Amino acid sequence: MVPLWMYLTVAAALFSIGMYGVLARRNAVAVLMGIELMLNAVNLNLIAFWRYLTPFNMSGQAFAAFVLVVAAAEVAVGLAIIIAVYRNRQSVEVEDVDMLKG
Amino acid sequence: MQCDNIINTLAPCLVQSGWNGDLANFASIFLGVIILATFPLLVTIVLIWFERKFAARIQDRLGPNRVGPFGLLQPFADVIKLLGKEDITPAGADKLIYNIAPVMMVMSVLLIWAVVPLSPIHVGMDLEIGALYIISVASFGTLSVIFASWSSNNKYALLGAFRVVAQLISYEVPLALSLLIPVMLAGSMSLVDITQAQAGMWFIFVAPLSAILFFISSQAETGRAPFDLLEAESELVAGFNIEYSGMKFALFFAGEFMHVFTNGVLMAVLFAGGYIGFGGLENSIPLLGIVFLFLKASVFYMLSLLIRNAIPRVRIDQLMNFNWKFLVPVSIVNVVMMAFLLKVVQALGIAPTPELANDFVANIPQTLVLFAGNVVLGLLVMNTVSSRIRKERLQESANRAIVPMGAGD
Amino acid sequence: MNFGEGLTPEAFAFGLFTILTLGGALGVVTSLNLVRAAIWLMLSLFGIAGYFVLLSAPFLASVQVLVYIGAIGILFSFAVMLTRGMTNLKERFNDQWWLAGLAALTAFVLLMVGVIVPAFGNSGAPVSDQVTTTVDLGVALVSGNQYVLPFEVASLLLTAAMIGAIVIAREDD
Repeated sequence: MVPLWMYLTVAAALFSIGMYGVLARRNAVAVLMGIELMLNAVNLNLIAFWRYLTPFNMSGQAFAAFVLVVAAAEVAVGLAIIIAVYRNRQSVEVEDVDMLKG
Repeated sequence: MQCDNIINTLAPCLVQSGWNGDLANFASIFLGVIILATFPLLVTIVLIWFERKFAARIQDRLGPNRVGPFGLLQPFADVIKLLGKEDITPAGADKLIYNIAPVMMVMSVLLIWAVVPLSPIHVGMDLEIGALYIISVASFGTLSVIFASWSSNNKYALLGAFRVVAQLISYEVPLALSLLIPVMLAGSMSLVDITQAQAGMWFIFVAPLSAILFFISSQAETGRAPFDLLEAESELVAGFNIEYSGMKFALFFAGEFMHVFTNGVLMAVLFAGGYIGFGGLENSIPLLGIVFLFLKASVFYMLSLLIRNAIPRVRIDQLMNFNWKFLVPVSIVNVVMMAFLLKVVQALGIAPTPELANDFVANIPQTLVLFAGNVVLGLLVMNTVSSRIRKERLQESANRAIVPMGAGD
Repeated sequence: MNFGEGLTPEAFAFGLFTILTLGGALGVVTSLNLVRAAIWLMLSLFGIAGYFVLLSAPFLASVQVLVYIGAIGILFSFAVMLTRGMTNLKERFNDQWWLAGLAALTAFVLLMVGVIVPAFGNSGAPVSDQVTTTVDLGVALVSGNQYVLPFEVASLLLTAAMIGAIVIAREDD
């Protein structure tokens, strides 16, 4: 089989790309997409470790399933907030949404 | 090894005649995929002819009757005509996505056939998560609608897609919930296991309500009348595929026709015993299993055609109300009730034992209890709905002043 | 199937999914058109589903396709199409993009050096060829001494998120 470190490398690369997306993008939707990439990198790691190290313990798969649930909830609420913000300010640039700044 | 029946033993036979083992394996799988993917497409050609004849009879017309005997060659003539049409890509279109969308539409239907057990020995892939897989690949169909509408750079297409996607996503909920019942009854998500669990009793008798719910929501998933808001010709020009022409349009068209028949096949597999015929005949002659399956699928297909031709199109708000206020609550209650009744049946000890699961008589007590539960729930639901509607009608007629017809639109 | 020395079908599939995942991810963070970005995202997450199949977790692969392509990808496309003027951005990145790049690169290097390089030498064979099935996952999720509480909390979270999303996105009448 493909050795474990290859999966870990892909996951690390995916996490870094997602992190770059979160930090460097202006648009809030694009930032959310970056977060999704990071969550999926985590999931890939969970499943890879589960398969290679503890295939008889369900914790890896169960936690990956919970991450999926949280990701879905996060996107639903996140996009709803973005649409609400867009409706009020006609913009979804993260830099424009700073009403709470003193 | 006998090499007279190459359907099941193609790979070993090729190895016997001197092929490389991996190559033989690849060749046999590749051939299987091609046959499995082409077969539904060929069936669709006949279905198009049949549906046009059927609709024509209902509408007191003759239908296609010029090309070939009984107009049988009409679909081929149509294909030749469509091939000759100009292949238009609108200005400002996203070319790659525009071209991928029709293929994805057909793919979303064809992928379902990969897990359908056609006979005791003919199944593309016996996935342990077959039922979930069916729901998963259906999302490609939704995606292709978005791709098609967005990439063709047309406002009407986009408006059509918003409607369609709302419809498809909404009706996936009761679809998945009613799919849960056969999974629960068979104790497995694999379609092969679900089929075999019906050797004693078809699930349509055990769970008629979920069969009806599944049928209604799958009819909506195909976007056929009465749920044909996808391409409500009179309202949306032509819906999401307005910019498509020639063979690309034909792919959407074929995808829709194939989807209707595929739903018939799914109904047959999930609720009517799939390839199981009478007297275990399909075990001795496996090819008969395909015939049984297709006969059953045709019954559901004809039912779908009848509904399509008999019931007028619903409005978008009626469509959504019907789903969220009727189908979804009923399917949720149905799932809870079936789970509860199954436990009750087990506790009472009238569930068939694993050894007798394939026996018709041993299944009768359990079936009776579950069937009675379904009937009671169905009557309750119909009662609630009809009293509710009566109240609404009374209120409406009390509120309404005399308005000329159509003035309120 | 043998594509040459050491290139098993599994390695071939792994390579394909790597191209899909990482290529898609790069598309997500660089594309100016956000609908395109959503499509890249779906491609990338489809690659992840492929990995799940390779790692013999078919249930999660199927759920991944269902949730990410069938729900989240479509939600993203809708959000982008509903908020006009987002389909074509003027600028890709904000002013600190080089700082962000530096941070991401540092994270990657740290992960590689700290965690992954030490594991390079391992042949990396899994401890067992046998794996638990979907049935085991289902039992684990609902059995009292394992994950039934997190499972219920997750369902509650989903319900709360659904109601919350409707309340937030709803237009005031």
